[in-house]
Amino acid sequence: MSAPIDPALAERVLARALANGGRFAEVFAERRRGLSLAVDESRIESVQSGAEEGAGVRVVEGGTTYFAHVDGLDPADLERAADEAAAALRGERREPRALSARVTEAQPIAVRPETVEAERKAALLRELDERARARGGEIAQLTASYMEARREVAVANSDGVFATDDRTRARIGAQAVARRGEVVETGAETLGGHRGFELLEDDPGAIAEQAAGKALTLLDAGPAPSGSMPVVVGGGFGGVLFHEMTGHGLEADHVQKGASVYAGKLGERVAQPLLNAYDDGRLPGEWGSDAIDDEGAPTQKTLVIEEGRLVSYLYDHLTAERDGVASTGNGRRESFRELPIPRMTNTYIAPGESTPEEMIAEVERGFYAVSFGGGQVDPATGDFVFGVNEGYLIEGGRVTRPCRGATLIGNCLEALTAIDAVGDDFFMKTGICGKGGQKVPVGTGQGHVRVAAMTVGGTER
Amino acid sequence: MSGLSEAARRALEATLGAGASEAEAYAVRDSGREVRAHGGEVESLTAATRTGVGVRAWIDHRVGYAYGTDLSAAGVAEIATRAAEAARIADPDQFAAPPQPDPPEPLEGLGDPSVGAWSAARVAELALTVERTALAADERVAGVEQAVYADSAEQVAIASSAGVAGEYESSSCFAYLQALAEGEGARETGLGFGLARGPAGLDPEAIGAEGAGRALAMIGASKPASRACPVVLDPTVAASFAGLIGNALGAGAVQRGRSPFGERLGEELASDAFVLHDDGRDPAGPNSAPFDAEGVPRRRTALIEGGRLRSFLYDTYTANRGGERSTGNASRHGYRSLPTVATSNLVVGSGTASEAELLAAAGDGVYVTDVAGLHSGVNPVTGVFSVGASGRAIRGGELAEPVREFTIAGELVAMLGAVRAAGAEARWVPFGGSVKTPPLLVAELAISGS
Repeated sequence: MSAPIDPALAERVLARALANGGRFAEVFAERRRGLSLAVDESRIESVQSGAEEGAGVRVVEGGTTYFAHVDGLDPADLERAADEAAAALRGERREPRALSARVTEAQPIAVRPETVEAERKAALLRELDERARARGGEIAQLTASYMEARREVAVANSDGVFATDDRTRARIGAQAVARRGEVVETGAETLGGHRGFELLEDDPGAIAEQAAGKALTLLDAGPAPSGSMPVVVGGGFGGVLFHEMTGHGLEADHVQKGASVYAGKLGERVAQPLLNAYDDGRLPGEWGSDAIDDEGAPTQKTLVIEEGRLVSYLYDHLTAERDGVASTGNGRRESFRELPIPRMTNTYIAPGESTPEEMIAEVERGFYAVSFGGGQVDPATGDFVFGVNEGYLIEGGRVTRPCRGATLIGNCLEALTAIDAVGDDFFMKTGICGKGGQKVPVGTGQGHVRVAAMTVGGTER
Repeated sequence: MSGLSEAARRALEATLGAGASEAEAYAVRDSGREVRAHGGEVESLTAATRTGVGVRAWIDHRVGYAYGTDLSAAGVAEIATRAAEAARIADPDQFAAPPQPDPPEPLEGLGDPSVGAWSAARVAELALTVERTALAADERVAGVEQAVYADSAEQVAIASSAGVAGEYESSSCFAYLQALAEGEGARETGLGFGLARGPAGLDPEAIGAEGAGRALAMIGASKPASRACPVVLDPTVAASFAGLIGNALGAGAVQRGRSPFGERLGEELASDAFVLHDDGRDPAGPNSAPFDAEGVPRRRTALIEGGRLRSFLYDTYTANRGGERSTGNASRHGYRSLPTVATSNLVVGSGTASEAELLAAAGDGVYVTDVAGLHSGVNPVTGVFSVGASGRAIRGGELAEPVREFTIAGELVAMLGAVRAAGAEARWVPFGGSVKTPPLLVAELAISGS
């Protein structure tokens, strides 16, 4: 397929957007296609197929962004968007620079999901259902979903940038409910990537067994402890802790508004020297990767914390301009209907030198948080909260029993400084981040990490 | 018939032509704008238009869904084809069928002409006023992260092969801010918000003052001691919990064994002080409409009254499956999603107690003004929750020092039994869906702090 907008039309739209002045104009055009289906009660249902196209045009003048978006990619639609964005300006016409195409290689996709027969996708979900139920009669329910999405985007701006990307993502998820008498527990697992159907060729059914295993484990759980204690956080999805705790506070929009606890801390020590952390939008095949960001800047690997010192924020075009630096390729948007804002891509704590066993062995009484249901942070205050899906009590240096209903709560400045061990067992997981009401795919990763003291909010009396 | 109803009709016919035995088309057109203000300037001004159609196709009790933005004849034909293809992948479900027509009563009061009449400059001034009021409230207000105004005027049309046909228009707007206050070496945030049908119905000064007041009240906050104690939930927090309860009362969750309220219809499980209705026709309710997302009339449904669980919420599918009648609670996120059962507007019954009386009745406890992590801290199947919270300590029946960084934990159904009193003054809150609620006094919840 061709790009959703060609350079000649983009130039005309940009010229129109600058009809009443403006120091910067941009058109972002997009074609979206997607398919999703689910299995519930062993029945394939909720089969949904979507196709949308549209564009957003913005003009920036002074500190104000004028933005308009429309459904449709006909020249008339795009011109209407440009006219609406320009409508509130009162200045002199400006000419955009001639466009020169920026070529970036899209992430390679081996098997385009749309070329795979729908029945194979349904069969995959049936397999997930069977694999989970094979874990025994205590598995009362299994729901699983499959989704594929393709976004073809093109972005052009008055600085002469014209860039395109062709993004394909696939993801499956399984949630199991286990029941023993009155006790009901759930377990969930996902697998996703900026990849095609090849992602699902190597035993995807394993995630259903893992989800079922978690739910079954929790049947034997007791209440979670309460109070401040050492917390060992599991690898992979444990990285959501860093995403929430620190990553959001590094996004330059929060920083520039003074609404981040990391504002004014560049170059300062914010963690112990054993901690290195990155945001990397180029990791091959990862869920949060793209070739370019949604402003046409190539994605990149950005070192944000180097040996415990804060070394970079995450920038989009406008926040980079304001700080007099280059964009770090973090300008992202959910769709053509939204303005880009600084967002994480794949954010992770780099592997350290401890083994998970060592970290746990050194804890007299503490909590082991293997995976989270999600989290939330107020970047301005640094207060965060995480719901733990799978957690265990640590007693005498050993993991002793599973715990249900635990929440971790704290302040990110204190908690990040309190990380006193980083594991060597690095891996990545997929997430959906909802900053500003815009959902974008993000990767989170790390090995095991130990926080010397954090508040665990459980139900144990 | 409007252009939108015609588009729905065309999509319906195309879907029948693509091989569906029954079909339904749901078309939406809306226009809206958004202003973001920061530092006394307009940070962004957005003009948005959206048009799309979503089509449900039934083939022998198999359901498929497709949607798109292209309403041309060719575009609609492609959507219809995809909907029929989607239906062929699904497994048959004997309860899957389109609703029979039941013409709704008209519902007045869903629109406000000020949405269209106020210029961009005028609504921008509204957002700037919200920010300015907060900044002027107190010198400790260090800034406003964002003051936002947004509105939308929406038109919805539906048509089905069973004979459902309807159309309505509504408008809505909201404004909010996140104020930042500094003091005692720390920074605090406070949310202020307002909802209305049009900008004329918003009070920007009140919104700004609320954000500033909430942020200022938190200065100097510390962790409360861990204990079990009485808790007063302010309306924003009560709304979040009401939303969780409303979701658990959806018949979909109940029928699939994923609700803590399953098998408990008619049981006495709440205190008399907690009364809950779903009301899809209150003209002040943001989600009110003459009909729901599949054309069934919206109505008012008693959920919890006299301490007893009175009803679940049904759409057509769950009603067919449960041998009940739809309560008009089919819901969808615009044209892009299949209808599923969900609350419309939840209304928590008001009591007679003033806020001071609720605090006095609590004696010693915590007044919770904010909760965080609801999507991760609540098990929707069991109702067990542990969520982050902040607010004020209650000592000797009065508000005392601010408290933060603690969790409140418990179990949803048990909490309903522990509600001791509902306040007299209710407000509409956009959390937990759309909820109108007073503050609530809960006899005991577990607090985990220091």
